[in-house]
Amino acid sequence: MAAIDATALPTARDTGRSTAIAAIVMVVFLVLAPFVLYPVFLMKALCFALFACAFNLLIGYVGLVSFGHALYFGWASYLAAYAAKSWGMPIEVSIIIGTATAAALGVIAGSLAIRRQGIYFAMITLALAQMMYLVALRSKLTGGEDGIQAVPRGRLFGTFDLSHEMTMYAFVLVVVLAAFFLVYRIINSPFGEVLRAIRENEQRTISLGYRTERYKLIAFVLSATLAGLAGAIKAFVFQLASLTDVHWTMSGEVVLMTLVGGLGTIFGPIVGAFIVVALENYLAPFGQWVLVIQGCIFVACILLFRRGVVGELAHRLHVRL
Amino acid sequence: MFTILGHPSQQLFGQLLLGLINGSFYALLSLGLAVIFGMLNIINFTHGAQYMMGAFVAYILLNYLGINYWLALIIAPIVIGAIGVVIERLFLARIRQLDHLYGLILTFGLALIIEGLFRNYYGSSGQPYAVPDSLQGGHNLGFMFLPNYRAWVIAFSLVVCFATWFAIERTRLGSYLRAATENPTLVRAFGINVPRMVTLTYGFGVGLAALAGVMAAPIYNVSPQMGSDLIIVVFAVVVIGGMGSIMGAILTGFALGIVEGLTKVFFPEASNTVIFAIMIVVLLLRPAGLFGRSV
Amino acid sequence: MRVATGLAFAAAMLMTTAVRAEDLAVKIGVLSDMSGLYADLGGPGSVTAAKLAVEDFNPAAHGLKVEIVSADMQNKPDVGANVARQWFDVDHVDMIIDVPNSGVALAVNEVAREKNKVFIVSGAASSDLTGAKCSPDTIHWTYDTWMLANGTGKALVKSGGDTWFFLTADYAFGHALERDTTAVILANGGKVLGSVSHPLNTSDFSSFLLQAQASKAKVIGLANAGGDTINSIKQGAEFGITSGGQQFAGLLVFISDVGSLGLKTAQGLVLTETWYWDMTDANRAFTKRWQASHAGKFPTMVHAGVYSGVLHYLKAVAALKAASDGKAVVAKMKEMPTDDPLFGKGSVRADGRTIHPAYLFEVKKPEESKYPGDDYKLRATIAADEAFRPLKAGGCPLVTN
Repeated sequence: MAAIDATALPTARDTGRSTAIAAIVMVVFLVLAPFVLYPVFLMKALCFALFACAFNLLIGYVGLVSFGHALYFGWASYLAAYAAKSWGMPIEVSIIIGTATAAALGVIAGSLAIRRQGIYFAMITLALAQMMYLVALRSKLTGGEDGIQAVPRGRLFGTFDLSHEMTMYAFVLVVVLAAFFLVYRIINSPFGEVLRAIRENEQRTISLGYRTERYKLIAFVLSATLAGLAGAIKAFVFQLASLTDVHWTMSGEVVLMTLVGGLGTIFGPIVGAFIVVALENYLAPFGQWVLVIQGCIFVACILLFRRGVVGELAHRLHVRL
Repeated sequence: MFTILGHPSQQLFGQLLLGLINGSFYALLSLGLAVIFGMLNIINFTHGAQYMMGAFVAYILLNYLGINYWLALIIAPIVIGAIGVVIERLFLARIRQLDHLYGLILTFGLALIIEGLFRNYYGSSGQPYAVPDSLQGGHNLGFMFLPNYRAWVIAFSLVVCFATWFAIERTRLGSYLRAATENPTLVRAFGINVPRMVTLTYGFGVGLAALAGVMAAPIYNVSPQMGSDLIIVVFAVVVIGGMGSIMGAILTGFALGIVEGLTKVFFPEASNTVIFAIMIVVLLLRPAGLFGRSV
Repeated sequence: MRVATGLAFAAAMLMTTAVRAEDLAVKIGVLSDMSGLYADLGGPGSVTAAKLAVEDFNPAAHGLKVEIVSADMQNKPDVGANVARQWFDVDHVDMIIDVPNSGVALAVNEVAREKNKVFIVSGAASSDLTGAKCSPDTIHWTYDTWMLANGTGKALVKSGGDTWFFLTADYAFGHALERDTTAVILANGGKVLGSVSHPLNTSDFSSFLLQAQASKAKVIGLANAGGDTINSIKQGAEFGITSGGQQFAGLLVFISDVGSLGLKTAQGLVLTETWYWDMTDANRAFTKRWQASHAGKFPTMVHAGVYSGVLHYLKAVAALKAASDGKAVVAKMKEMPTDDPLFGKGSVRADGRTIHPAYLFEVKKPEESKYPGDDYKLRATIAADEAFRPLKAGGCPLVTN
């Protein structure tokens, strides 16, 4: 039995045209937006959009629900910040270090979690993430409650001064768009086909001769690495790496974003991330109502709205988005 | 007072006691989770929030209605259990045909709603709840100081755990429950109202969580996030014990509490991660858990 | 006829608005813990104090128009930093005040430095804010960990508490307080037998208290605050710690904590504060006005610090007739001596530290308290020039030799 409800997943044929149009709309919006909207808000949304895309790779295309993705996001953020602040590495190197940390954690966590299916898999990912949260809480490297503050942005490749918000935005946009493209290529490749086959019916895929464990692990590590890239970038956007990034509520948020946007769609996580970040920004003066509203959205999505915004749109228009 | 392995007995037995208390809560909560998972195939992420609501009911009863701890022990599980029944009917019944991961996400969302609502009204620092008068004070046993209330917590949770185990494994009602888990259609054919049993089982599991909440109120402050950090440790306990058996959940809960307490004495920095470390080891050696059946 | 009246009215309106448009608009942001463990010592009470200060200053008479906004930093540095950044970048806030959490204060300190806007820390304690992390945009009001260590710490060591065990909140504040108090203990011939750190906002201290008990130290130093201190003391009573001969040192205790603990549990606690509601008539008058919004509670020194800080800030802005250049305003605040009904006369030092006397109090026994809020008796006054760390000793880069 498929882990994720099959009726919620895209069924239309991928003509490639709808994807191209949507991609162009998205890029145009992202290029023009910082002149109208607050660039820091946009950068935050972009980081989360990448985080959600990475998560979607696992839940939408392999059918594995990881409840502990904050582990890679947060620890990449910590290592990138630490590299820049304490080792004095330039931003490009620090981001690579952060992303590599996430990849390593992905290998370790993945090889443990893949041993079990379904709910157990989710619980193990959650428990591992919580364990690393507790380590972050007490560790000198992460600064515990204080986090790593005053992370220097420095100059990109020694030339571009990143203290200007617009320059930083341009850098973040280029990296994130490149990552989106990478995700798209992974999904629409023979590897991606096998992942989808595993999601639909793992037993049958095994009987066809595929080593599904290995595919699942690779997908897991890819997802963790891209989540780490998002986290590493975020550390420089806010010049701060903190416990919030490794807390289980962060894991829950990325589930929310992907769900709202649409599981298994290409643009769903991006739209979902923007919606959730905007919502939090708008609701911030209302204190703890943010939690309540997030919870209500979860419930509504599961009960009524399983396709998500982009999924619903794609379904109505009979296209693949 | 004497020393064991370099640590004063006072400290060692004190931490063991604290470990047993933590273990009592782990056991009660993982028992509730195991009962619910057995019947409904749902991982009840709301369990932590329901535990918290039990504590708040006790707090509200005491501060607004003057109703004491002993009555709260009875009222809170019933009230929260009833809310659990409503949750099951309104939300969980609708997604029963889907994969249990949807249940996990749904109950996660419910937990957020509940925690957010309580945080709005009560803030995020704790409310005090006094130890009931009859259980105040303690006894100096020579090798340690034993507060009465904490001794009561251990004793009562042992009783509750044993009673639940007995009800499920040794009574006729329990056998209907176990049969309905394995083959609901067949049990229905015998004229037993399976959906009602499912709903009531969820309510019972939730009630167990609320009971644990009332017991926790005098020890840990009553705060909206008291459930969320605890529930994740309980998940780890459940993974270690394995979902298959009730007795497994109880034994693993108490045992891990004791292990955690001992770690606090000999290796304090690792004390809050030791349960997760054990989970990793168990996963590598016995993926089904210590008492679990292979899934 | 009607048209003429209408035009005249419109003209009058335009004229008054034209006059208004020359008023300098100043926006003050009160960033505090509105719902967590520090909400009682700061929180909504700080917003009230800020409003009272604006009232007393009478902005219209100085050609200013002052607006107050507030937000909850939830004791998380990233939340605090993000609010600060958004306030400075988008919402045109000129000054942030309060922030009763040292970790968050350090983060906001960096944001204020980057954006060149004023930051008055009246709630947080870490002495690093006027030490290694000092900034030309930041002023540290009310108190700091050095003052607490030299007040309470010194008094206890001198009265016989020469062995200590620390229970420390595991973040910037707790570490700073433990560090500064350890220095005082060692300088006065005492010993630190050990320490254990606990996460911020811990509800169960039993395991840490057991370790403190096992150490047999005469004094258990509580390097924490707010809800954490209250819980440590309450649970200490449950485990019979004080009956075993050990004494708690409340290194940072506010009148709000004493209110929560009750005099029966808190009696005898020695603490250092820089303001007590019942010390002067001016304090009592302020307290009455403050209590109009917070019945049954008493303002803490943090609230008084917010009042004093806002007042002095507005005076500086009125003198400069500009609020946008943080460094200039802070330089003016350091140039002008401080003078307000609550703290009296004082000054702001080059490293951003405000200087005024400190007071050593002892919590009264229940039978000694004659009316609600009558919680403290004065044990000693520490003169302004002794109360705070010497200027050269902090390592602040702004202090040139």
